[in-house]
Amino acid sequence: MEKPRIAVHKFSSCDGCQLAFLDLGEDLLTLTAQIDIRHFAEAGILGEDEAVDIAFIEGSISTPADEERIRRIRERSRLLITIGACATAGGLQALRNLADAKAWTAAVYASPEYISSLDKVQPIRALVPVDFELWGCPVNSRQILAAVGSLLNGVVPIDERDKVCMECKRQLAVCVMVSEGKPCMGPVTRTGCGALCPRFGRACYACYGPAETPNTEALGARLRGLGLVGHEIAQQFLGTTNQMPVFLDAAQRWEKTP
Amino acid sequence: MTTHGYLAREYFGRLLEALRNSGYRCVGPQVLDGAIQYRDLPNAQALPSGWRDSQAPGRYRLEHSNNPRQFAWANGPQALKPFLFAPRETLWCVERDARGALSFRAVLPEAQALAVIGVRACDLAALHLQDAHFLQGQFQDAQYAARRDGLFLVAVNCTHPAATCFCVSTGDGPDVPEANGGCDLVLDEVDDGFIVRSASERGASLIAQLGLAPVTLAQQTVVADQRQQAREAQTRMLPSRDLRPLLDTRLEHPRWADVAARCLSCGNCTSVCPTCFCHSDHESPAIDGSDSTHYREWDSCFTQGHSYIHGITLRADTRLRYRQWLTHKLGAWHDQYGRSGCVGCGRCISWCPVGIDITEEVAALAADTP
Repeated sequence: MEKPRIAVHKFSSCDGCQLAFLDLGEDLLTLTAQIDIRHFAEAGILGEDEAVDIAFIEGSISTPADEERIRRIRERSRLLITIGACATAGGLQALRNLADAKAWTAAVYASPEYISSLDKVQPIRALVPVDFELWGCPVNSRQILAAVGSLLNGVVPIDERDKVCMECKRQLAVCVMVSEGKPCMGPVTRTGCGALCPRFGRACYACYGPAETPNTEALGARLRGLGLVGHEIAQQFLGTTNQMPVFLDAAQRWEKTP
Repeated sequence: MTTHGYLAREYFGRLLEALRNSGYRCVGPQVLDGAIQYRDLPNAQALPSGWRDSQAPGRYRLEHSNNPRQFAWANGPQALKPFLFAPRETLWCVERDARGALSFRAVLPEAQALAVIGVRACDLAALHLQDAHFLQGQFQDAQYAARRDGLFLVAVNCTHPAATCFCVSTGDGPDVPEANGGCDLVLDEVDDGFIVRSASERGASLIAQLGLAPVTLAQQTVVADQRQQAREAQTRMLPSRDLRPLLDTRLEHPRWADVAARCLSCGNCTSVCPTCFCHSDHESPAIDGSDSTHYREWDSCFTQGHSYIHGITLRADTRLRYRQWLTHKLGAWHDQYGRSGCVGCGRCISWCPVGIDITEEVAALAADTP
């Protein structure tokens, strides 16, 4: 049987999610024996226009050229999987959607006419149909292996939608919100990271995006009880997954709350 | 054979030594990451000497004082549950040979003699319920059974219930029952040491190695007084009777929507609950298709996946999930296990990030007619 052809593409992003492939260690050797990588610029393999079975997309769409390229990739890919907060939820650069980006460009660049960007930064799903999304900022190797492993075995990958709290408790980490009053986003955030931040005493900052049934109102009210004001609560929802409507709505609601 | 006596605090190490000489790995309470947690106990000095807890709905803090006592606190986030019902563990593996034939292999935990020091009455009651669930007749859970077999339990009667505790009302504490305590040793802590009592044959033979002194009348009085104080210190309560007849008439009560508006549906309550046993099973296949590992992990009735069946999620919203949790724990458990699923430890109150209080919710549901 012919090996599945795979491509890893990059859009507006920091390149960190692609590292989840390169960080696989020994599993990378096993994986490359199973698949045929046709395009992966970060690993030195170039073949952007090749037709593939699975295209992994990192990054969000922020320029007209991005827009044209993602449509071309979609046409040549049987399955399209987004990896990371930029591709799935806009990323940090999408915060410009909430500001006057043209004014910033004019203030920063001597010749702003050379800057060609779209009015809004958008996640991939806003432009083309996406078959599966891997969340995280960045995604980790375990997620990549689980998704690719499932697909190679002919199974739909598991969409991990539970809250970070579930994994935090399985790791027997002590809740930083209850024991230290830290403003943790774990109760509304999607699992997948292994509760990395709370395990090291840091509050979750929602880099995996919204979990299923996220109660942003109740969490916001609790953060207020911990001493945060409306604007600070809004900021909690405006991280790398700020373009997710449920977070954007919560941010706009809390921004108006004193 | 000695079954009762006084052990001065400076000789507590003798108990650990006797357990180790009998082949036990000792775990006990320690202060770790701002909470009392059960971990491997290197020596008696590692016990949380002078530590007190302060708990409220959604809040847990530790404070230190010069009090010499090592068990003057109410429970932290976990006790026995993770040692027996592991948060995540492999159940079996399957391998595919060159001809494509599959072979399955059960994976069992290594049998280990484990002594847990400092277990509370509520946790023993919870253990009894977990036993009822995991060790039912011919359908015994092999993983749980393997760990349960090697367990030696040293209970310490609770002298400092938290504000969130209500074990008196559920009938599960704060003292371990005099008969059928479900443990091996029971300790009452006094300022300069412990009154030690055996609660099993294993406990009695261990106690004989400790060189206990006779218990004085004054010590007996101290113990009786502090037990009484621990009972009287509790302010919350939950009826232990079968609440199904009541809850069945409250299924459409507006309080469920009210609590759902506050609830994060995060599963913290069920994860810290010492009796909750729900779990999900998953497959972790090798990328080359040569083998797969089947594992289970703690799940919760507060997750979407918990009520998912073939394209339908039965409990899509938090109102239905909270109702499921409460009506099961306080109602249907009576049918399944002959008692309520709540032992009054109060963990679900303290460790709920938004401080939802099960006793308050039940009282509100019981008070009004919808």
